[in-house]
Order: sequence, then structure tokens, then C-alpha cells
Amino acid sequence: MVEPSNGTKKNVSPSLVSNTGGIVSPNPFWLASAPPANSGGQVQRAFDAGWGGAVWKTLGQPIQNVSSRFGGMHAKGVRGVGFNNIELITDRPLETNFREIYDTKKKYPKHAVIVSLMVETREEWKDIIKRSIDTGADGLELNFGCPHGMCERGMGSAVGQEPKVNQEITSWAVEYSSIPVLVKLTPNVSDIRPHGMAAKRGGAHGVSLINTIKSIIGVDIDSFAIEPRVQNLGTNGGYCGQAVRPIALHMCASLAREEGFGLPISGIGGVCNWRDAVEFILLGSSSVQVCTEVMLRGYRIVEDMNEGLTQYMRDHGFATIDEMVGKAVPNYSEWGDLDLNYETIAKIDPDKCIGCNLCMTACHDGAHQCIHPASTKPGWDGKSRVPVVDESECVGCNLCQIVCPVSGCITMEEVPNGFAPATWNQHVETGAQLRPKKGAH
Amino acid sequence: MTESHTPRDPATPRAPLSADRAESIFTDYKPALTRDQAITEANRCLFCTDAPCVQACPTHIDIPQFIRKIATGNDEGSARTIFSSNILGMTCARVCPVEVLCVGDCVYNDKGEPPIQIGKLQRYATDLAFEKGTQFFEAGPDTGKSVGLVGAGPASLAAAHRLRRLGHRVTIYEKRRVVGGLNTTGVAPHKLRADASLEEVDWVLAIGGIDVRTGVSIGTDLSFEELEKRHDAVFVGAGLGADTLLDAPGSQLANIEGAVAWIERMKLEKLDVSGFQHCVVVGGGNTALDVVREARTLGIPKVTLLYRGHEAGMSGYEHEWESAKVQGVGAAWRLQPIGFEADVGAGKSVAGVKCVRLDETKKAIPGTEHVVPCDLVLLAIGQSTLGSLLASLPGVALEKGRVVTDEQGRTGRRGLFAGGDCRNGGKEVVNAVAEGDTAALAIDAYLKGNSHG
Repeated sequence: MVEPSNGTKKNVSPSLVSNTGGIVSPNPFWLASAPPANSGGQVQRAFDAGWGGAVWKTLGQPIQNVSSRFGGMHAKGVRGVGFNNIELITDRPLETNFREIYDTKKKYPKHAVIVSLMVETREEWKDIIKRSIDTGADGLELNFGCPHGMCERGMGSAVGQEPKVNQEITSWAVEYSSIPVLVKLTPNVSDIRPHGMAAKRGGAHGVSLINTIKSIIGVDIDSFAIEPRVQNLGTNGGYCGQAVRPIALHMCASLAREEGFGLPISGIGGVCNWRDAVEFILLGSSSVQVCTEVMLRGYRIVEDMNEGLTQYMRDHGFATIDEMVGKAVPNYSEWGDLDLNYETIAKIDPDKCIGCNLCMTACHDGAHQCIHPASTKPGWDGKSRVPVVDESECVGCNLCQIVCPVSGCITMEEVPNGFAPATWNQHVETGAQLRPKKGAH
Repeated sequence: MTESHTPRDPATPRAPLSADRAESIFTDYKPALTRDQAITEANRCLFCTDAPCVQACPTHIDIPQFIRKIATGNDEGSARTIFSSNILGMTCARVCPVEVLCVGDCVYNDKGEPPIQIGKLQRYATDLAFEKGTQFFEAGPDTGKSVGLVGAGPASLAAAHRLRRLGHRVTIYEKRRVVGGLNTTGVAPHKLRADASLEEVDWVLAIGGIDVRTGVSIGTDLSFEELEKRHDAVFVGAGLGADTLLDAPGSQLANIEGAVAWIERMKLEKLDVSGFQHCVVVGGGNTALDVVREARTLGIPKVTLLYRGHEAGMSGYEHEWESAKVQGVGAAWRLQPIGFEADVGAGKSVAGVKCVRLDETKKAIPGTEHVVPCDLVLLAIGQSTLGSLLASLPGVALEKGRVVTDEQGRTGRRGLFAGGDCRNGGKEVVNAVAEGDTAALAIDAYLKGNSHG
């Protein structure tokens, strides 16, 4: 929350308070279990900057890390649109971590501190959970997601990929824990739902997803080294950053709408700003976790996140986060239930068009050949570069709008065609009439 | 100063702007950014830590943060960030010499890439807030303390707004019948016209509880002692005085005028310059560079900048002079005016500036006297200070006519603070805002008994 400072206008503000499986935080923005939440000093600075919660960097048997550890994917001049790492869980002594968690909770009683854990045996889980609870932490997160280094030792994603193991370890944790238990899921599975359901059967109070995606971030084409390189070798790492957001949104929504699931979700994967967070919340997340954007730009990004989310909620009439959670989930449908008779076509605003013809090329080479040069228009003035859409052939695919560099220049407009709505399922089941295909010449 | 036992304080209403002001033909010389342009530019910002642009800004606006908010579509938050540090952020976005402040210090300059257009982005965010009429601040709980402010220019407006946020009662005394100070009467109209300045003043005053008494001259209509009696603290943001004129033979001739006075007439009145063929502007500072461009834009065919030094020695900004040259302004370097020639007819109007050439050490070179013919002379060689207003007050020190204060704006007199041009001798609007804001915090500390004042 941005507390109104003395003299700042106090509009009636929506409440950003978030509750994820019983873990309450002053706002839904948590640091993910990762380097930004590695120590007490960091987490406390993050809380001062405005973060509502932090999932501590995973505790377990302290490990030894390699140098180097991170790789960036830079695209068309923008650095770090994708990111990966081969860092493991905490390399600091457990006692140090526990003491700092305790101190942090003392100083910040209203903020959420969640302890991420990853150990092997039942006894180890029992021991580390007890010690975690003793710090005064608000919740636990079981790291069943890490896709490198730990999974080879039978932990991390090795657990998250096996529903039975997931369920069993979750049930141990729930048995030993007096505070809420979140299970952090790996996206390195073909279908997230059985894994979420396993956590549920194990008794988890919620799930966090997604952890990172198994990846190779790049190859040095001169030295043939795999990035990030350790001497001249590299290994697969965990992919994250804004580029993974669509994958994370899908997995979040898949669980949110899964019948019989119903657990709270802490959404993770490419959240860079308040807009991204809103998307996760609308698809069923009660809180969101952020790592990469903080690693790239620092804790101070949260000021805009809190402010932008508050303004969004005010604009849309939401008084609480709970009111927002899952609002878009009912709009996630199976393909077979989409209306095949619904029709849109592209319209180009000639006043906004700058004549780059990207839409024309995209349509010709990548779609249905229905955008043509300005010169094909009857009565062409010899100058105009505004392409012409052949509406009788336009299938409404969006490609031209996606490639257009001018916002609002190409709009996809609904056209009434006189056909009653008909989905594929209705067509198969009842023979519902479909409109004639366009662009299928 | 007039002694006055029964204060007159004959406040008269604010005067409306006339519709046919000469400045009304001026249009923005830099177009506003479109949304697409703003977002593209905002996304270029690196979001530097301890950013040089912030350090370069006298009001220390958190520039990376307001730019990031534009990039995410948090337009209102962006404006809030700007106005939290600089309540006149709309004006400053237009009139700040960003080339030598924030933009000049953008790290992209060191990378050899175009710096972020911070001024334009600030204008984008503040214009949106003005369009929507968003108010970001409200007055703090009443402290029962009252502050009197002298002058209704940027320094006092910034101080008054901050004082209201802190809950103090505020009265501004302005000798003119228009408010806004130089923002209204002096800023080059291709950057900001008087109507926009007044709109901004109203926006600042919308916090409520700022009593503006126009037509009241402190020292004449109301004594300083009475002012101090009325209020628990006093802030002087009175700006500078009249143009410095040349004491030289012929200086009484018609069509010789101080540049600041002429600019004020251009901004507030109908000003007919159609008869003039050649205007000479004397000076090399930013006022001179403004006035040469204004004279050209108003249609005077020939305009010459006449300066004692050489081109590179001008105190005016290089980027402003480059723009003036593009407008066809000529220059005469190393000339010292020593008198004015009268026209041959009635002998009442100026027909030329008598000059002597100066050497490298600015010494007159004998035998180089000559006349630069012209029919309008505008003198932009400085302004007098208003220090005399305070000269008789015990505890107030003056230096070259400027009010001496500490960094917080405290004078040596208990409860008396100062900021803006009367303190700094004449700097940018953004400096006046910064000094007014800083002084307001010092006044607040003083009123709460935490400071000696």
C-alpha cells in the first residue's frame, strides 16, 4: 500500500490486502524464493520499498554454487526479456537464515514471510519445518520445482514431476506444520493439473506456480560454450523473466478452473509490473511473486506496482483483491466451445497508417493474402501507401494488428453475418450450421 | 518603506487576461508527445539508481520512477511522483533548460545515444493530469499557524502549497493584479503562455485555503512590520525588480525599453510592433535570447543581438542561441553601447545605438566608435534587486542586493525566510520552486518549534 504521506490526497482507496491460503500480506506483491530474498537485509529493504511478502530463498542442506550462474536472453535491443539461472538453494548456514527470518518477522510483523524448503527424508522435513515455524514465519513453501542441480539429487522438480511423491511429501509437511503450506509446482510437465491435484490431496493450503522452465539460454557461437558458462561448460538452467509469462498464465488458469481443485494460488512467472500482476489475479492468483524484474531493476519497482494496482482497482470498482481473483477464469474456454460463426475483419485507419506495409507482408506471407498494396485500390491517387483489406477474404486472424507499429491503427471489428452462434461441439453433436469458410481458397 | 499604523491592504481582484495579447500568436515550439511516442521513449529509460538526472534536477523529482510509470500506463501515479517533488511540474516540463539539467546528465549521453527526453515525458504526464483535472493533494490538519508570503511567483506558490499540505494557513501578497510571477509575465510564450500559467496557478490554489491578495505592495500598502505582526512566519519570494537601464546620453529617447518590461507587455497586452524595422537587443543572457526570438516572431524584420563579449562568452544557453539564429537573428559582438542617437525628424525616438568596440579585456578600443542604426532598443542587461524592501530590517543581510539565507531559506531575522530570484539573483523557475519548497519545510520546523527560524 502506498500510505498517503502528510498532505497527499486521501482518496477512498481499495484494499490491497491479500490472503493466500491463510497467509495474509498488506499487498499481493511477494518476492519469490530466489536471490532477492536471500537474506534478512535484503528482505527488510524490500519491505521498506513496499513489498507485501517474501518467500525466503530455499532452505535445505546448504550447497556450493558455481561461477557463473545467470544468463540473459536479449531480444532486438532489449536486455533480459528472458533469463535463466543455474544457482541452487541457499548456500548460507541454516542458523543464519533462521535467525534473520526471526529478526525480520519481529521487525515486520504485518508482512508475510514464507520459508521455502527443500530437503530429502521425512526426518529432515520434520526437523526443518519445526525450526522454520519457530522463526515466526507465516507460511511454508515446498520447493518441488527447481529444474537443475537439485532434481538430480531427487529433490526439486524430481518431486514436482511425480504426483505420488509430491502428495506424500506434502502430507508430511502438512502433518508437521502448524502454519499454511504452499506447494511450488514445476512447469516441466506436460499437464500441470495432476500435480496441483496431488498437492491438494497431500493437504496443501495452496500452490505457487510456476517455477522455472528447463532451458538453455544461449550458445556462444564463437567458442561453442553453453551459456551461462562455467569455464567452457554449461548446463540446462531455469528459464524465467517476462518471456515466460504466457506459459505461467496458462498453468495458473488451468488449475484455477480445474474442477475439484479450488486451492489458492500464488502466481509466478514474468511479473514485471502491475498489469502483469492483474492478469495473474484475474486468472486465479491471490498473490504474485516476482524475482527476475527485481534482479534487473531493484525492489523500487514495487512503488509503481502498488500504485498502478490501486488505480486499476479504483477504475474497475474493486474494493478488495478477493473480488478480483479469478474474474477472467470463466472466460477461459475449450476450443470446441468457441463460436465458429463469430466473425471479425481488420480495418486500417488511413489517418493513422504510416505506410510501412508490414501488415501487407505479414498477411501475404504469413496469413491469408487478403491485404493488398494501396495501388490496387480503384482511383488510387498515386501516393497513398495505406494498404487495402479485402474484407471478403479477411479471416480476422489478428496478424496484421499484431505487426502494426501504430497503436489503434488496425482494429479488428466484429461483422454481423446472420449466422446463429455455433461451436464445433454443437456442430458435431447437433449439426449446427457453420458459416462458409473465408480465406480457404 | 511606508510606516503604516492602520494597515491599508487594499486588495483588488485579480485581473483577467486580455484576449488580444501579443503573445497569443505564439505556438508551442516543441510538439507534445503522442501516447505511442511517450511509451516508446519511457521504455528506453534505464531506470538508473541514484540517477544523474535526479541529481541534476533542483527539485529532485524521482525521474526514473515517473518515467517507469508512464511505461506501465500508470499515468496518474507518474504525475503524482512529479508533483510530489515539484508542484509546478507542468511549467517546468516546458520551461526548464533540460539540456543543461536532467537531459544533459542522462547516462545515455555517455553511451553516445540520444538522451531520454525527460522534459517531454514530464509534459506528457502532467498534461494528462491537467486534462483530467486530477488533484493529488489536500491540506493537512489545521495547525493554527499562519504564514504570509510576499509575491505570487513560483517560489511563493511552491512554498504556499507545501505549507498548506502541512496544515498551515497561508496568505500570498502580490503587488500586481496578475498572479504567477514571471511564469505569467516573463516566460517565453513559445514555451508557456500566460493563460497556461494562470491555469496552473488555479490548479495549485485548488488545494484550498491559500488567500491571494492581489494589488497589495508590501512596503507601500502594507508595512513589513504589520506583515510580521499578522503572521507567525513570513516568506519573501518577491523576485527581482525593474530592468537595469543604461545611463548614457539619449537614454530617455522613445523606443528604448527594458526587456523584462517589454516582455511583460507582450505577454499581457496588445503590442503593436508593426512599425519597427530593426530591433537591437543589448545583452547576452537568457532574457536577451528570449527577447530576440520574440521580436522576430512578432514580425520585426531585422533583429540584432548586441553583446559586449564574444559569442562563446554569452551566459545565455547555447541551444537557445542556436534556435535564435535559425530564426534569422543577427549578432554584433564586442560592442559596448555608449549612447543613443535620435531620429532626424522629431528627434524624440531612438534611431541608433552608439557603440564602441571592446578588446579581449573588454576595454574600449579608441577610434572605434560608430552607430548601429535601429528603431527599437531592448535592454536585457540585468534587473535591479528588491533587497531594499528588506534593507532596513534588523537581522536581514543582503549581498549584491540578494537576500542572504542559509540553505533552508532562513534569513538572520527570526521567522523570516526567502527564496527564488530575490535570493538567488535570478535563476530558473525550477530553482525558485526548489527554494520555495525547501523554505516551506524550514518554516514548518520553525512553527513547530523545532528550529530557531
